[in-house]
Amino acid sequence: MPEQLLFAMEVTLNGLMAGVLYALVALGFVLIFKASGIFNYAQGVMALFAALTLVGIQQGQVPFAHLINAIFGTEVHHFPWHVPSIIAIILAAGVMVLFAWIVEKYILQHLIGQPDIILFMATIGLAYFMEGFGDIMWGSDIKTLDVGLPQGMNMAIDEATYNMFGYGFFIDNLDIVATVVAALLVTSLVIFSQYTKQGRALRAVADDHSAALSVGISLRFIWVLVWSIAGFVALVAGIMWGAKSGVQFSLSLIALKALPVLMLGGFTSIPGAIIGGLIIGVGEQLFEFAIGPMIGGATQNWFAYVLALIFLIFRPQGLFGEKIIERV
Amino acid sequence: MFYREAGDFKTSYRDDNQTFPIRLDRMGYYILMFVAFLVVPFFINDYWVNAVFAPFLIYAIAALGLNILTGYAGQVSLGTGGFMAVGAYACYKLMTGFPEVSIVIHIILAGGITAMVGVAFGLPSLRIKGFYLAVATLAAQFFLVWLFNKVPWFYNYSASGQINAPERSVFGVIVTGPNTEAWAKYMICLVFVVVLAWVARNLTRGMMGRKWMGIRDMDIAAEIIGVNPLMAKMSAFAVSSFFVGIAGALFFAVYLGAAEAGEAFGINKSFLILFMIIIGGLGSIFGSFAGAAFMVLMPVLLKNVLVGGMGWPTDLAAHFEFMIVGGLIVIFLIVEPHGLAQLWRLTKEKLRLWPFPH
Repeated sequence: MPEQLLFAMEVTLNGLMAGVLYALVALGFVLIFKASGIFNYAQGVMALFAALTLVGIQQGQVPFAHLINAIFGTEVHHFPWHVPSIIAIILAAGVMVLFAWIVEKYILQHLIGQPDIILFMATIGLAYFMEGFGDIMWGSDIKTLDVGLPQGMNMAIDEATYNMFGYGFFIDNLDIVATVVAALLVTSLVIFSQYTKQGRALRAVADDHSAALSVGISLRFIWVLVWSIAGFVALVAGIMWGAKSGVQFSLSLIALKALPVLMLGGFTSIPGAIIGGLIIGVGEQLFEFAIGPMIGGATQNWFAYVLALIFLIFRPQGLFGEKIIERV
Repeated sequence: MFYREAGDFKTSYRDDNQTFPIRLDRMGYYILMFVAFLVVPFFINDYWVNAVFAPFLIYAIAALGLNILTGYAGQVSLGTGGFMAVGAYACYKLMTGFPEVSIVIHIILAGGITAMVGVAFGLPSLRIKGFYLAVATLAAQFFLVWLFNKVPWFYNYSASGQINAPERSVFGVIVTGPNTEAWAKYMICLVFVVVLAWVARNLTRGMMGRKWMGIRDMDIAAEIIGVNPLMAKMSAFAVSSFFVGIAGALFFAVYLGAAEAGEAFGINKSFLILFMIIIGGLGSIFGSFAGAAFMVLMPVLLKNVLVGGMGWPTDLAAHFEFMIVGGLIVIFLIVEPHGLAQLWRLTKEKLRLWPFPH
């Protein structure tokens, strides 16, 4: 086979893997949007915050150490223990549930009935707040996240493809793990929303708020639930991205990448989020590979947005979104 | 007691429709103009112009522009930073390409070029609405910044990829470049602000502004009573981008002197200006100024108190600033969605009845 084609295949595969990670973030958006009609800009910062919390707990950091040191002139940094990964993950998930409860009680409660765009801007404010809060709580240095996920090149694939084509593909083990985790996550979410009582209530709320209220479903509980789930999804996304490129500020920027994914897939569709993520992942890698060198490179910065923009002109509701019907 | 409209008789429609119908407001406005033009320039120094006045005035222009688009016409944009970059680079290319033409004309032309770019990126607004549009404007933000970083023609093939403002003068006074005096910097910004605020005020209360507000409040109803949505949205994008472009040109040429697209006009700038109009008040000229003043003064104040007063490390203070800004946005949206402008309005309302509120 010609070499260019092999390269393109490898790029496509890696793009698919990156797309899975985008889809993970996009998933959190879709969950919240479906249940409460809120476009949660803070999803990316939630992923960052969750990852920071995880690393902080794992390494036994003292929360607010910098603040305490600055005020009292002390020198505290770490507790003298390390927490095992699995317990740290559970604790971090607990923090995200607490966060969901606080957001519901102190922000969403007071904004019921406001126009969507006000809610959107409120989540931008929330994102800024969380960014500052996360940094004050755990410090702003780049942290490495290690929960024992396999990393590095996958030898088996390298060998298999070498034997087949005479050229070994470079696929990161972490990406494979991420794909498996994402598949598991989506499956369990689907099972949860189809076969449990809370899941049914969740779908009812997504369909119609007032009808759901009238049959005795507690909106507040459902919102806390859905923000908790989104927090958990953010934690998973944070672990994957954090393990890949370190826990740092740029993690919150992947949230922005998830926006075009959503626009492609449609804001209300979970399969849409996955497929949109894959399309963007593959699309931007292939575009950079094929056309990038001709126009100066680094096209990943904007390719996703422009693709989504062009796409929206032809199909404003996205690939799988519900048709937008305007009533007067 | 002293703030009354009693005795202020209006004898013509012209009087009745003036911007400041109450005499005290009018006097306040004239005094403000007097102080701004004839007092401040004599006392201003480099610290004050660079830390407070120049950013405040320039951001006020950008906030006015975004407020026209978001507050009056109801189209949310997250691409303000990108449009400011267009203004800055257009101004730079004009300044270096036609050195004999006055810088004032360059800045206005830069605004015009930005208006055209704004209209191009505003076209999707006919098909998509709300936050779909907000996300679409992100495309403008990222694409434009990338373009200015990657195409060397825009920065005249300079090795550092930066653009540097050459020295230019207005009426023999140097206004750009490193040798600019503080008062000259201040004055050129002030003149642009006053003229543009006057334009914005008169556009928004005229036919155009009413069309924008119709589209904002309910686009379908507005279309039925005869507002052309294409013209209304495109004109909002054009006027808004014109303002933002001028702000970008001033920001680069007068305030910074040297700029790099990704750093000076990144996504954070878009959010900063969006926050200004949320805190100041959506759909209010005064709000744009109040918001810009707030967002410029608060970091300066915080830095002085936390770093200077309490001796905290700067990075901690910066994180604190993020928290405070984010928290304030949420609080404002919950407590007073119309921002500082509404608080100001309420204060004036109370003051008119004071001290006998019944």
